[in-house]
Amino acid sequence: MSGFLNFLLPWLTSPAQWSGQDGVPNRVSEHIFYTVLALAVAMLLALPAGMFTGHTGRGGFLAASLANFARALPTIGLLVIIVQGMGIGLVPPLIVLVALAIPPILINTYEGIRSVDAEMKDAARGVGMTGRQVLFRVELPAAMPLILLGLRTAAIQIVATATVAAYVGLGGLGRFIFDGLSRQDYQALAGGTVFAVLLALVVTLVFMLLRRLLVPRGVRLQEKA
Amino acid sequence: MEWQWLPGHLDDLATATAQHLQLALLPVVLGLIISLPLGIVSVRWRWTYPPIFGIANLLYAIPSIALFVFMSQYVTGLSVVSAIIPLALFTLSVLVPNVVDGLKQVPDPVRQAATAVGFGTLRRLMQVELPIAVPVIVAGIRVATVASISLGSVAGIMGLGGLGELFQDGQQRDIPSEVFAGIVLTILLAFVCDVILVLVQRALTPWSRARKGAAA
Repeated sequence: MSGFLNFLLPWLTSPAQWSGQDGVPNRVSEHIFYTVLALAVAMLLALPAGMFTGHTGRGGFLAASLANFARALPTIGLLVIIVQGMGIGLVPPLIVLVALAIPPILINTYEGIRSVDAEMKDAARGVGMTGRQVLFRVELPAAMPLILLGLRTAAIQIVATATVAAYVGLGGLGRFIFDGLSRQDYQALAGGTVFAVLLALVVTLVFMLLRRLLVPRGVRLQEKA
Repeated sequence: MEWQWLPGHLDDLATATAQHLQLALLPVVLGLIISLPLGIVSVRWRWTYPPIFGIANLLYAIPSIALFVFMSQYVTGLSVVSAIIPLALFTLSVLVPNVVDGLKQVPDPVRQAATAVGFGTLRRLMQVELPIAVPVIVAGIRVATVASISLGSVAGIMGLGGLGELFQDGQQRDIPSEVFAGIVLTILLAFVCDVILVLVQRALTPWSRARKGAAA
């Protein structure tokens, strides 16, 4: 471990690393930008789909099969062929990252809502709730821990994979990795990697916080029991 | 898309597919060999689970490219082993939790019955608990296998072999049909392996079918 630190320290402490376009601050913020954008688009697509299939029980098999199929897509191959088709830009890596993030979000939302206690749903209907109210006031809060878990998995996968944006000429922490690779500058490569892992840790912490904020107290107590 | 690249390179495609199969499936086997004892330990001594799970998850957060480069530069050189070890480490974040969940959901009465008829701890684990955990463990193996096949193509762009080399070559020489063939073969491979695993699970858990048959 100390060997690794000695190896990395000159890179980390060089002033060139901390300013300008190729500096750590800029690359980290680019990386966060890709991650947040991809996660937002994936949520917009997968959350409603998971809520609908979970609530109605219809199309669940189709959703799960599609999500499994998406998991098999090879990220780099997909990225290369989209770039060959539509040129370099933000959209190709975004498509790839969204495709990666949809399966965990969709499957966890679907499973979470579907597996809400049937007696709880009956009780909600019994007190006169409409289907929409059952979904938003009962099923969604009860499924929240599982939904957040899916979102966290998706976010961590995006953070680790957003490095491929650099493979097709974009920025982000992948720049350190790919440039380091082509210049045989393995300090830069290790530095970029360390920051990507740190970002994944930050994501984990953010989701622990979200869990505290979004999971209702009743559901948390039930989980502990 | 121009297709004339394909007919002359069927041999290359077959070689790349065979290589890919090796570099993606061996990690799952290795991962399972590591995950089974880790999962058993985590269930037996509960306090070990958070650190084991934490480390497995942290490994998963490392960009795969970086691990492939690290292995091929400093540890195992430019060979398929440099792809297999990182991919095996990546499977742990899926396999360990599934082994744990599978073992945890064995009903207590079943465990007690096994003890009552004289099974020791080891025999109970091998003949009762693990077989009951098979469906959950296989579910984890399926996810790990598909992920490993898909992620294995990243190893190809590092020159470690497999279908990813088609992506690298297709990008550098601008041959979309080569990239496309690589994508289709990756998905096909994932699909075939998934079907085989479902069949394996059925063969390993004959009782689940017998029960369905009895109910019908």
